[in-house]
Amino acid sequence: MIVELGHYALVLALALALVQASVPVLGARRGDPVLMAVAGPTALAQFAFVAISFAALISAYVRSDFSVLNVFENSHSAKPLLYKITGVWGNHEGSMLLWVFILSLFGALVALFGGNLPAKLRASVLSVQSWIAVAFDLFILLTSNPFLRIPEAPLEGRDLNPILQDPGLAIHPPLLYVGYVGLSISFSFAVAALLEGRIDAAWARWVRPWTLLAWIFLTLGIAMGSYWAYYTLGWGGWWFWDPVENASFMPWLAATALLHSAVVMEKRNALRVWTILLAILAFSLSLIGTFLVRSGVLTSVHAFANDPSRGIFILAILILFIGGALALFAMRAPLLKQGGLFAPISREGALVLNNLFLVGACGTIFVGTLYPLALEALTGDKISVGAPFFNATFVPLFVPLLMAVPFGPLLAWKRGDLMGAAQRLMAAAAIAAIAIAAMFVMQGGGPVLVPFAIGLAAYLIVGALTDVVERTGLSKLPFKTAFARALGLPRSAWGTALAHCGLGICLLGVIGETQWGIERIAELKPGESISIGRYELRLDGTTTRQGPNYREFAARFTVRSGGEVIGVMTPAKRSFPTRQTVTSETALLTRGVSQLYLALGEANADGMVAVRAYYKPLVLLIWLGAMAMVLAGALSLSDRRLRIGAPQTARARRSLAPAE
Amino acid sequence: MVRRAVILALFIAALLPAGAAVAVQPDEILSDPALEARARALSRELRCMVCQNQSIDDSDAPLAHDLRVLVRERLQTGDSDRQVIDFLTARYGEFVLLRPRFSLHTAVLWLTPAAFLAIGAFMIFVFLRRRRPAEAKLTAAEEARLSEILKRDSQH
Repeated sequence: MIVELGHYALVLALALALVQASVPVLGARRGDPVLMAVAGPTALAQFAFVAISFAALISAYVRSDFSVLNVFENSHSAKPLLYKITGVWGNHEGSMLLWVFILSLFGALVALFGGNLPAKLRASVLSVQSWIAVAFDLFILLTSNPFLRIPEAPLEGRDLNPILQDPGLAIHPPLLYVGYVGLSISFSFAVAALLEGRIDAAWARWVRPWTLLAWIFLTLGIAMGSYWAYYTLGWGGWWFWDPVENASFMPWLAATALLHSAVVMEKRNALRVWTILLAILAFSLSLIGTFLVRSGVLTSVHAFANDPSRGIFILAILILFIGGALALFAMRAPLLKQGGLFAPISREGALVLNNLFLVGACGTIFVGTLYPLALEALTGDKISVGAPFFNATFVPLFVPLLMAVPFGPLLAWKRGDLMGAAQRLMAAAAIAAIAIAAMFVMQGGGPVLVPFAIGLAAYLIVGALTDVVERTGLSKLPFKTAFARALGLPRSAWGTALAHCGLGICLLGVIGETQWGIERIAELKPGESISIGRYELRLDGTTTRQGPNYREFAARFTVRSGGEVIGVMTPAKRSFPTRQTVTSETALLTRGVSQLYLALGEANADGMVAVRAYYKPLVLLIWLGAMAMVLAGALSLSDRRLRIGAPQTARARRSLAPAE
Repeated sequence: MVRRAVILALFIAALLPAGAAVAVQPDEILSDPALEARARALSRELRCMVCQNQSIDDSDAPLAHDLRVLVRERLQTGDSDRQVIDFLTARYGEFVLLRPRFSLHTAVLWLTPAAFLAIGAFMIFVFLRRRRPAEAKLTAAEEARLSEILKRDSQH
């Protein structure tokens, strides 16, 4: 019964979405406040019904109701409660319901917190948002219904893929989806602005917090996913340039570009057409990512052709929304007036350069990801485009961008002083030079590029802090005054510094992990040791034990450094009988920001255990850098000007007054 | 397979069966560290053809194992890196290369980054030029008036 209620609630949500998709935008065109006012309550009601639907599915999972096909295929009664719940989005149908849930959540948030928006814009935004909801509600109900019943309920379910039975899965997909789907708001704002044919600096100020929110979650989601893959996979990689990863990285690059161009638009009223286009592109890339992953086209072109119903449906959504939005853009963009002027060397110019490289990198990944598919479809030739290609193209695109990053905040708006900025970066350059020299001395021979890469990271970190150090007068004024000044700085200035700093920290981690990592692959008997770096790992023995729905084979290692015991590591392998799969539970030992990493291989008949051991210097900096960016985003989001919202003109305020 | 399952799980997609997660086996490793290092570097460039976008260095599929052993055998017989790659490409086709060779049908792929930068830079150049403050250009009405005045002058 609860399941049917959930199904019905989703149908009702679709009906509400249809209302919200048509009535408010009609009201906005006619200038009818009554029709426009429909948007808010329907958005809230739509969210409520999708939430009921989602809760119903969760309840079916918690109760292990195997008469529901989706629960039967993806759950098991012996599974821990946490994984029963996270299993809801561990499969296609459930994850699409989560997608729609987050979509309607954002709609409801705009309805609740969009009070400072002009009524017309707000109505149009909510309508456009609901167009997307209609498309995806239909997609779920017609091709991916999670509420289908089985006539004769089986006694036991087929269980969730053991790899997904991990706390990482509990948090990672919802985070990523909030980021993915959050970009829909920027998209809706862009389309609404194009429909109205009017756009100004205030638009950028309204759209920026939403983009920032989506960007924070996208960053968090990608970083979490990367860490999750790192510790679950067992060979210590943290980024593989897999098409599925690229599908999340492309919207991130586009959203990052959008955040920067929206600043130009907000402050200087320039780059308006470009910002609108980026807002459309960012969400389009989210949709393309959804298509790539959901349609099965990645697995093989043939898998897609064999069961094309879902793929074709998403492809139709894709063409409709991206094509429609771009057509609208082509029609309306020429009407948008040009904004403020600026010289090539200026803050605006630096942000344009930032956009050039970010979009270039995004485009390269896009072409690289889709090229094999396109080539096979067109000529039948099969080629592979893998990590070596992406490393070879992405790195040269990103290095110039990183070198330019510290200049941006130091250049003035409109007309900047490049020499002046370079002079102010002297401290950063000096520290980088010292770092490079020190690295050369330390590593002796070795790859020449590594010291320079470290130098770049040092320059990025110090350069990012230069602006706030100067503005607080930390180097000249007494500490107390500087501290007071630091508190007085806008939080967005701190956000910028911290985010750029995070980039440098992340780079440091990448260099450390890729250049100085050590790997040992060995077979050991109990009592034997391997050494890795300055650590010695001794295999004490192995044990087998029974978990709730798996059997575990674990090995215990004592870790010594300079003869002293510093810890115990117990990597394990778990075999899950229901799915007949084996997962590897890696053991991690954190030393500062570096990690020792152990993964078990096969156990031989004669008691030998294969083991893969890594020493990964600075590896945690990769994710700490990402966390710094997340924190920076949050700081920036709490900035006064975004909290208070855009100043309203007297006329706009009057129009918000209740109608007589 | 494991890797794709997990990465797909980033998007909670189709779930593939998982296997054990140790790719290079201890018994595969060559005793000569220099040769082994070359084998590892080569392995990262070669695709495990039955896997999803996975190199033979990462994969635990039996085919990847066979290919790793094959690469090591070729290296031990004194092949250069280039010869190993050529041998595998001749045998399995270009699909085996994770870094496609530059040729007619991959030209678009390889030229993409440069093309993006060039087109972008050109567009920015045009944009900045067009947006340079118009140096006191006359509007159509002013032009008309000017020519009228000039005409009037010439009539005198």
